Amino acid sequence: MASIRLQSLAHRYPSAPDYALHSMQQSWSDGGAYALLGPSGCGKTTLLNIISGLLRPSEGRVLFDDIDVTDRTTEQRNIAQVFQFPVVYDTMTVADNLAFPLRNRGIAKNEIEKRVADVLQMLDLQERANDRARSLTADDKQKISLGRGLVRTDVQAILFDEPLTVIDPHLKWQLRTELKKIHQRFQHTMIYVTHDQTEALTFADEVIVMYEGAVVQVGTPQQLFETPEHTFVGKFIGSPGMNVLPCEIDGIDAVFVGTKFSVNITGDNPAARFELGIRPEHIKLSSSEGMPLTVTALEDVGRHVIVRGEIAGVALCALVKDGVAIPENPCVSFDSTRINLYADGYRVGSGRGDDTI
Amino acid sequence: MSIQKAQNNKAWFMVLPVLILVAISAIIPLMTVVNYSVQDTFGNNEFFWVGTEWFQEILSSERFHNALLRTLLFSGLILAIEIPLGILIALAMPKRGWGASVCLVLMALPLLIPWNVVGTIWQVFGRVDIGLLGHGLASLGIDYNYTQNNLDAWLTLILMDVWHWTSLVVLLCYSGLVSIPEVYYQAARIDGATRWAVFRFIQLPKIKRVLLIAVLLRFMDSFMIYTEPFVVTGGGPGNITTFLSIDLVQMAVGQFDLGPAAAMSLIYFLIILLVCWVFYTVMTSYDNDEPTSGGGPQ
Repeated sequence: MASIRLQSLAHRYPSAPDYALHSMQQSWSDGGAYALLGPSGCGKTTLLNIISGLLRPSEGRVLFDDIDVTDRTTEQRNIAQVFQFPVVYDTMTVADNLAFPLRNRGIAKNEIEKRVADVLQMLDLQERANDRARSLTADDKQKISLGRGLVRTDVQAILFDEPLTVIDPHLKWQLRTELKKIHQRFQHTMIYVTHDQTEALTFADEVIVMYEGAVVQVGTPQQLFETPEHTFVGKFIGSPGMNVLPCEIDGIDAVFVGTKFSVNITGDNPAARFELGIRPEHIKLSSSEGMPLTVTALEDVGRHVIVRGEIAGVALCALVKDGVAIPENPCVSFDSTRINLYADGYRVGSGRGDDTI
Repeated sequence: MSIQKAQNNKAWFMVLPVLILVAISAIIPLMTVVNYSVQDTFGNNEFFWVGTEWFQEILSSERFHNALLRTLLFSGLILAIEIPLGILIALAMPKRGWGASVCLVLMALPLLIPWNVVGTIWQVFGRVDIGLLGHGLASLGIDYNYTQNNLDAWLTLILMDVWHWTSLVVLLCYSGLVSIPEVYYQAARIDGATRWAVFRFIQLPKIKRVLLIAVLLRFMDSFMIYTEPFVVTGGGPGNITTFLSIDLVQMAVGQFDLGPAAAMSLIYFLIILLVCWVFYTVMTSYDNDEPTSGGGPQ
C-alpha cells in the first residue's frame, strides 16, 4: 500500500489538439478511499490508466510513497485495476481466474488456495469455483474481475474503473458495501472512478470531482454538497443539482431580480460573470414571503416534491417535503447562509446570512 | 392471411434459380458419379450392374492404400507447419499504422497467383540447370534434384505449399487477433501475465474459431492438392508424390476406368468429410467440455 502523489501531471494524446488532462497536483494518502467523479469523457479513465502505468503521461510525474514510478511498467508498480467491462480468462475456471495473478507472481500454492477461497467467499462465488468462466453471467464475470483485483494483498493500490456499470442494481449496492468492508479490513489505498454521485459519495472518504480534464474540487461529500467550488460541482452533485442563477454585484450585495443578498466576496473580480448558487433544499416556499415563482412542473419523487418554476424567466427548482402544502401562487425565499457566489464558474464568496427579506 | 401466403409462394420462386444451379453444378454430376460407381460398361453406352464390386476393389487395392497414406502424410505435414507458422507470423505483424497495410498486401500476394502458375514457378525455381533454388543449392555443393530424389521432391512440394498457403492462415489469425479488445491486454499486464500466458489464455481462445476454419480449409485444400504437384513432379519420381487426386485422374482419364474411378471419388469425398468432421468435433468439444485443470504457470 502506498500514498500516491501526482506532480504537475498532464496528458495529451499524440495527434490530439487539446490536453485530455490539464496540469494537476494531487496527493492521496496511504490507505485512503478516493472517488474520481465526473461525467463521461472528463478524463477519469485516462488519469486512472496513468496511475496504473498502462499509459505514460506526456508531462509530470507519478510518485508512490515518494518514489518516482513514472517510468515504471504496470507490472513493476504492483497495482490492481478493475475495468468497466468484465475481463475473464474464458478457458479457465473461476478459481483459476482468481489464482492467475498470484501464480504469475510465484506465490506458494497453499497461500494461493487460501486467498482464492477467501475471495470466493467474499464474492459469494464458492459454488461456481470449478465452473468454466465463460459460462457465467455478466454479473458474475464482473465479480471475477473484481476478485482478481482483491486477491493480491500486497498491492500498492487498487483502482476501480466504473466497475459496477454492468451490475444489476440490487447487487450493485451489495458489492459496494462489500468493497467498503474490504477497505476497512485491509486498508488498501483505493481509487474508484465513477460518474454516479451516489456511488462516489457512499464509497469514498474524499471525492475528486473532474470536469473537462481538470480537477475542480477535492473534498468530503459534505464539502461538495455545501460549498461547491465550481458551478459544475454544484449542478453535478445533488439531485436535483444546485440552482445557478445569474446575478449582479452591488457593493457587498449580490442582486438577483431585484432582491439583494449580502455576501462575502474574496478577491477582486472585475468584469467577471457572477452567479448565485442555492440548493433546492435551501429554498423555502410560502404564500407571501419573497419572490413570486411561476410554477411550471411538480414532480413527486416520494419523500419530497420537486417544484420547478421560473422567476423572471430564470429556471429554478425547490424541494418541498412530502405532506407540506404547496401554496396556490407561491413565493420563494433563500436560506441566505447557504448561498454561494461564483465568478466565471468559480466560487468567490458565500452568503453572510444577515439579510432582511 | 392470404397476402402472407402469396408472399411465401413468391419466395419459393426466388430460390428456384439457386436450386437449379446447385442441381446442375453439384447434385446431378454427383449422381452421375454414383451411377458409374455401381455399374460397368464396355462402350456403346451399355451398362451392367456390379453392385459394390468397385468399392471393394478400391478399398483392398494397395495402390489406393499407398496414395492415401502419401496424401495423409502430406496434409499432416502441411498442417503441422502452416498452422503454427501462420499463428507466429500473425502475432508478429503490426496491428496498426502503415506497416499493417504493407504486411497485409505482402501476405495476400501469394494467394492471388493461380495454382498452375505457382507450380510452374517452383518447377523452374527448383531446376538444377537454370533454377535459382536448384542451381544455388548445387553451387553450394548440396546434392539436390527433385526429379530424381524422393526426399527432395517432397521437400520441394511442401516448401511450395507453405509459400503459397501460409498466408491464408496468417490472414485468418490476424483477423482474430485484431478483434481482441485492448482491455484484455491491459488486464493481463495488471495480472502480471507472461507473454506465453497472454497467448495461451487470451489470444489462443479468442482466435480459436478462425483457427478452426483455417485448419479445415488447409486440410481440405492440401488433401485435394492436384495442380501444383502435377506441374512440378508429375507424381514422381516413380510414384512417390502420386497423391490421391493425381492417382484418381490417372485412373479416370489415363486408363479410362470409369467405374473404379467413380468409386474412388466417392470414397475420397467421404474421407474428407470424415476427417473434417473429426477436426470440427475435436476443436469445438473444448467449448462445452469439463474445465481444464491447469491455469497458468505454477
